[in-house]
This record gives sequence, C-alpha cells and structure tokens, in this order.
Amino acid sequence: MPEQKVLTGNHAAAYACKSANVEVVAAYPITPQSPVVEKISEFVEAGELPNTQFVTVESEQSAISAVVAASQMGARVFTASSANGLAYMYEILCWAAGSRLPLVMCIATRGLGAPWTVWTDHQDAFSMRDVGFIQQFVESNQEAYDTVLMSYRIAEDPRVYLPAFVSYDGYILSHTMMPVQIEDEDKVKEFLPPLKPHIHLTDFDNVRSVNPVTPPGLTVRPEGNTPGYYEFRYSMQKAHEYATEVVEEVAKEFEAKFGRSYGNGIYKPYKIDDAEVLIFAVASVASESRGVVDKLREEGLKVGLISLKLYRPFPIKHLREAFSKAELVVVFDRDVGYGMEGILAAELKTALYAADHRPIIRGFIVGLGGRDITADQLILGVKTAIAEKDDRTVQQNTHVDFIGVQLEELGFKKEGM
Amino acid sequence: MVRTEQDIKFERKVSQTILASQQSVAIGEAGKTGEWRTMRPILHTEKCLVVKTGKLSCNLCWMYCPENTVSRAIPPEFNYDYCKGCGICANECPAHAIEMIPEKDAPSSVGEESATGETGGKF
Repeated sequence: MPEQKVLTGNHAAAYACKSANVEVVAAYPITPQSPVVEKISEFVEAGELPNTQFVTVESEQSAISAVVAASQMGARVFTASSANGLAYMYEILCWAAGSRLPLVMCIATRGLGAPWTVWTDHQDAFSMRDVGFIQQFVESNQEAYDTVLMSYRIAEDPRVYLPAFVSYDGYILSHTMMPVQIEDEDKVKEFLPPLKPHIHLTDFDNVRSVNPVTPPGLTVRPEGNTPGYYEFRYSMQKAHEYATEVVEEVAKEFEAKFGRSYGNGIYKPYKIDDAEVLIFAVASVASESRGVVDKLREEGLKVGLISLKLYRPFPIKHLREAFSKAELVVVFDRDVGYGMEGILAAELKTALYAADHRPIIRGFIVGLGGRDITADQLILGVKTAIAEKDDRTVQQNTHVDFIGVQLEELGFKKEGM
Repeated sequence: MVRTEQDIKFERKVSQTILASQQSVAIGEAGKTGEWRTMRPILHTEKCLVVKTGKLSCNLCWMYCPENTVSRAIPPEFNYDYCKGCGICANECPAHAIEMIPEKDAPSSVGEESATGETGGKF
C-alpha cells in the first residue's frame, strides 16, 4: 500500500532511492545535501535496503568516481551534492555522461562560493549545463520523489542511456517538510524494471577496457573500425535530441500508474490559456510566481506561468509552442551567466530565435545566495517589463537588471553623481 | 538540409549504438610505457627473502606493483618494457632488497628506442 509521510525534500529523495532499490550509493556530505545520504545510510544500517552498498568516501570527486565505477559494473547507483561539492565532481560528471551511464543524482541547489554561502540559488545546477546530463528542476518534495523515479526510467531507457540530475532548492525544499506519498515497492518495480547495462565489465570471457585513449580518427582493430572521440560526442548529442520525447512518454506512464503529473513532464503551465504575459522560471522561483500570477490576474492583467521542469535537453520545440501566443515573456533567473545575462533568459532567446512568433523577452536576476524572493519583487519585474515592452532602447540594453539588491541601504546614492 | 524520416531513423540508431568507448585488452595497448621511467628498480638477490628461502613466500613486490611488471618467480624479475619506475616495490620490500637507481646509470634494455628519442606508443 502507498504510504503518506511528512518528509523534507532530502528525505523524499532518499525514499525514492529506497523505492527504486538503488544498489550502490556513495556521497560526501555538504550543506544542504547531507540529510539525503544520511537517510540512505540509515536505511542501509537498519537492513531496510539489503541489496544496497553504501560507500563512504573522502570527497565528492571520490563519491562520483565510486558510483561511475559501480554503474560500469551494471549497478543502479545514486549520489547527491550541492554547490562547491558539485563543482568538485565536474570532471567525473563528464566521464559519466561520456560513457552514457544511467546514474541519477540529486542537487540540493546552493550558491557557489565565493563568498561562502549555504543558501539556495541555481548557479550550481546551471553551471553543469554542458556536462551531458539530463537536467530537471522540481517545485515540491513529492515532485522530487516522483522525478527521481522517473529519472531512473528515462536514464536507463536504451533509447537514451544518459545520466540525470534532479535539482531541488536548498532549504526551501531540502529542509522543509511536506506530505509525500511513498509508493508501493512492487508497483514501482513494474514502472521501473531492472537496469539493462550496456557495459559488461563482469563478462570475464570478453574482457574490455572502458574509455581508453580514443584518438581523433577511427581506430582499426581486429573487430573492425571503432569510433573516434568525435563519433561518441555526436552520438551523445543525438541521444539528447531524442530524449525529450522519452521524458514525455515516461511522464505519461507515471501519471497512468501513480496518478500524479507535472505538466507534460517538460514544463508545468499555470493559467496560460488566455495569457498575454508569461513568466518563465524554474523551481523555487516558479513556485513563488504562481501566487504572483494570481495577484496580477486579480488586477486584470492576463499573466501566466511556464515553470520549466526539463532544462536539458532544452525542449526547444515545446517552448516555441508554449510561447506561440504570448506578447511578452518575463524570465526570472536565480543565477547569472556572468558577462552575459541570466542563463534561462539567454537560452530562451536562443530557442525562440527561429520561432514563427517571437515574443519580447525580458530577463531579471532575483534571489542570489538565498536572498528572499518576495511576491512584490516579481510583481515589480512583471510590471516593469509590461511598461517597457515596446521601448526599443530597453530591448537593446546590454546590461542586466537585478531586483532586490539593497544598495541604498549600504549608503549608495544616485543623487549628485 | 531538411531531415527526412530516414535521417531520423539513422541518427536514432547511431545514438543507441555508439555508447561507451571500449576496447579488447592486450599487453602493450598503449605502447612500451617503460620508456617513461627515470628511476629503475634493481634486485639485490642476496637480500631477497624469496631467493633466500627458495620458495614463493614474501613476493610483496609482485603483489604491490600497480602495473603487474614484477613476476611471481624465484627470483622475482622486473619487466622493464612496462615498469614506470614508481618505486612502490622498493618501498614495500621488507628486506630492502630492491634499490632504485637513476635510469641513466643502468644498462639499457628498452633504452634503445628511448635513446633515439622515438616512442613506441601508438597513441
């Protein structure tokens, strides 16, 4: 029978690993991720996960190395990290994706040092953009649990074979309790059949070395021509291009089996049908925007929200469709592509450049390093964007607008400059 | 170029087939890596426990060698084609029977190719 529990986001992710019967877990503690692996180690110690090996390691780089190795042996694996710990994993994340290993890991999002912070923003998750992982953001603890399950299904699909991130906001979800339905293990097993690995290092009659030096050109070997580095990377991009439809398909199956859905598995629309202005955001920023949509609608403004769930592969086709009627899109980024602009804003502009209908896109930065994002800040952003919608000078600005930076309180004054 | 149904099928097939880079394993796959060596282990047989006892006994050099270049034999022998001169064997030997000497002072074995500056590596 499914069980209702009241759980933090971290513990919801840990329960998802339990439901998915993860076989090898290795992780190194970092705030705000630590409780997810503490909980898994409790399950292992208590004998509730008899088939799970918990590997204690001395760093994040070792943690991801251990699960990559276990994944190459054919095990279903899990790890998690945040911010600087995640940055320390960077190299091996590229190895995981480059070997097309179907591992799943959670990111409890946190601002990257310096200066030192433990509070949430999305810089850590977005800075992993190009490692080759599937990347998803969630807005609730139930969605974290469900998305981990769906991620194993997507990552292990032979049409995909890519590792996946599930990102939830540090503290806002990681340490906040919400009701979460934990599904029946047998039912999860039906949804998530055993992993069929594509690397067989335990086949001792046919010993292979994985990831040897792979030259620029093809290599002629006794077994014939083998691909060069270029072919592997081509293949990885193609796997991403076709993964979006698998994500959608898995979301549908998940809904049929468990009765919960998150939009189409790609994005979650909120009051978009007649919307002229759409907010575009992820995770905690999207959650905060829902209330803002309601408030602005009370004022008679036709505002809606597209909360992006799937960030990689970037669902270009879906977004062109979703924004095909909007006049204005307001993007709130809890991150900065330093020297450019908010990462989501830049990506959306790229995706819609060739669209038949191109709305005006206005980006704002909000809430870095855990600075509280208030409804008033988002309302200010939307109203500013509406007021300046047709101003070409504003559209051609090359500076980035921040909301909620408290410079006057620090004594900075514009008067007299 | 407009992508056809055929292109899409083709790309899918490729993305599902080219997964992880793998090779069959053979000795010398990456060339004679012993050429990297600057220090060479040499065995003083009079101190070696295996030689002294005449039995496969201690063999810690064989066990610890990360490159599998020490034989499990009496006396243990080094495969200088692949020994990189890390010195772990010398460090582990309880009888201090292994000495690391500068490669330039050693009689040449893989040395000929190295001496001419050529490498035996494939990649």
